[in-house]
Amino acid sequence: MIVFDKVSKTYGNGVRGLNNISLKIDDGEFVAVIGLSGAGKSTLLRSVNRLIDITDGDIRVNDVSVTKAGKRELRHIRRHIGMISQQFNLVKRSTVQKNVLSGRLGYYSTIRSILGIFSKEDYERVNEALDTVGLNDRLHNRCDELSGGQQQRVSIARTLVQQADIILADEPVASLDPVTTKTIMETLKNINQTMQKTVLINIHSVELARQFSTRILALKEGEVVFDGRPAELTDDRLIQIYGKTF
Amino acid sequence: MKLKDTVHFQWYKTLFIVCILLVCIGSAVHVTEADFVEVFSNVDQMTSFMSRFLKPDFTYILKIWEPMLLTIKMSVTGTVLGVAFAVPFAFLATTIVTKNRIVTMVIRFFLDIIRTIPNLLLAALLVAIVGIGEFTGVLTIAVFTFGMVSQLIYEAIETIDYGPIEAAESIGANKIQTAVWSVLPQVLNQIASYTLYALEVNVRASTVLGYVGAGGIGVILNSSLALLRYDRVSVVILMILIVVVIVDGLSEAIRRRLS
Ligand SMILES: Nc1ncnc2c1ncn2[C@@H]1O[C@H](COP(=O)(O)OP(=O)(O)O)[C@@H](O)[C@H]1O
Ligand SMILES: [Mg+2]
Repeated sequence: MIVFDKVSKTYGNGVRGLNNISLKIDDGEFVAVIGLSGAGKSTLLRSVNRLIDITDGDIRVNDVSVTKAGKRELRHIRRHIGMISQQFNLVKRSTVQKNVLSGRLGYYSTIRSILGIFSKEDYERVNEALDTVGLNDRLHNRCDELSGGQQQRVSIARTLVQQADIILADEPVASLDPVTTKTIMETLKNINQTMQKTVLINIHSVELARQFSTRILALKEGEVVFDGRPAELTDDRLIQIYGKTF
Repeated sequence: MKLKDTVHFQWYKTLFIVCILLVCIGSAVHVTEADFVEVFSNVDQMTSFMSRFLKPDFTYILKIWEPMLLTIKMSVTGTVLGVAFAVPFAFLATTIVTKNRIVTMVIRFFLDIIRTIPNLLLAALLVAIVGIGEFTGVLTIAVFTFGMVSQLIYEAIETIDYGPIEAAESIGANKIQTAVWSVLPQVLNQIASYTLYALEVNVRASTVLGYVGAGGIGVILNSSLALLRYDRVSVVILMILIVVVIVDGLSEAIRRRLS
């Protein structure tokens, strides 16, 4: 469960990224966050695992305050929150296996991870995760040999071996073609339904949001202007919120 | 056509520079008491040198291949040591992993100082501290390599893709894990390439380290010169030349493969 309690974020230059947001996301939800560019979608997402420090309020993940967590505690919380992004964030020169395995880093001591001593179970987890995303034949390929869609699936596999219960996805399909977009969205949906992982996804396309999510959050200038089931977000409602520009 | 329409339209600037150069050369000659007449009147000494220099004593090779090998060993050991220390310092010299400006500033200042010490001076200093011998040569090369390579590596680190760093952080990895898993693989090729480059430089430089007593082929070169055995000097120089060419060639071939 993710709880936002009167959360605000003011950037150093005075821009208000989030403005007094309160909301609760239950386990197993598939929440799509929509909004124009600059609405605060990334800020919202990245504050969940504190890649961004909020300036006001409190964020709690599974009843533990992310905002007040110390360094060590924060690392523990982050183990349970996977993140995928538009740029995939893979080490391109490393193999698929190495990239996926890095999802386990939070569980290992510094020495063991430097020496690369990983348990048999973790290698097994990597194989399972790659099975799930359909890339088990690419274990030893370097990531820069893969297409964009395949790279995004590697990064999803990384969140799987991480055994995260929450997956944050910041525009994961923004740089992909329509066909690849569909497989990635289906993979996320599949993970959400079969493994009960909470998915919080920023997405440009209202169509995709309606098609895959169980709940849509619409942001505008750092505020939540719509929060409801996809069916409730009619075209009329959209125009009401954003004007004709969306 | 007037002069101002040609490429020489700024002729007075050129003239000015030429005048300054002449003054510089003139005063340099005066200060160093260089005497060109002496240079030419000593021609017979030159011919006696050349006559011996051009009759190399090739049997001497049997005596010098061991010190030559020693020089190569010193270079390799020194280079490896230097790089081994350079890598962690290079990581500390950027804010990318540490996110700490003060650490970066202090480390960079330290590295800057190391780099400003000339090679031979360093060797002389270390001879004074550690004493004469090969170990001093290795240390000199290590320190020199450390200064040179750490800068090259931290500049490489500054050009990497930051995405994987964010990914590692969001996974819950600590700083050392992030450095080893997200940054190192991105600069590993460059590190290998800089190591080879440093080895090239070091093999060349280490031949003169013997001059200050830091061991290797330089010692032989120095004593042959002192004993006026130019027939041996030429063999030593030839040997060094061949080794340098081979090392450069090998290193360049490997580096091309790496990139
Ligand atoms: N690091 C930053 N410094 C200053 N302003 C920022 C920074 N990051 C984002 N912003 C501003 O905060 C607002 C929300 O940004 P963001 O969350 O990235 O929006 P979105 O992801 O919806 O496009 C924008 O006005 C953006 O310009
Ligand atoms: Mg964004």
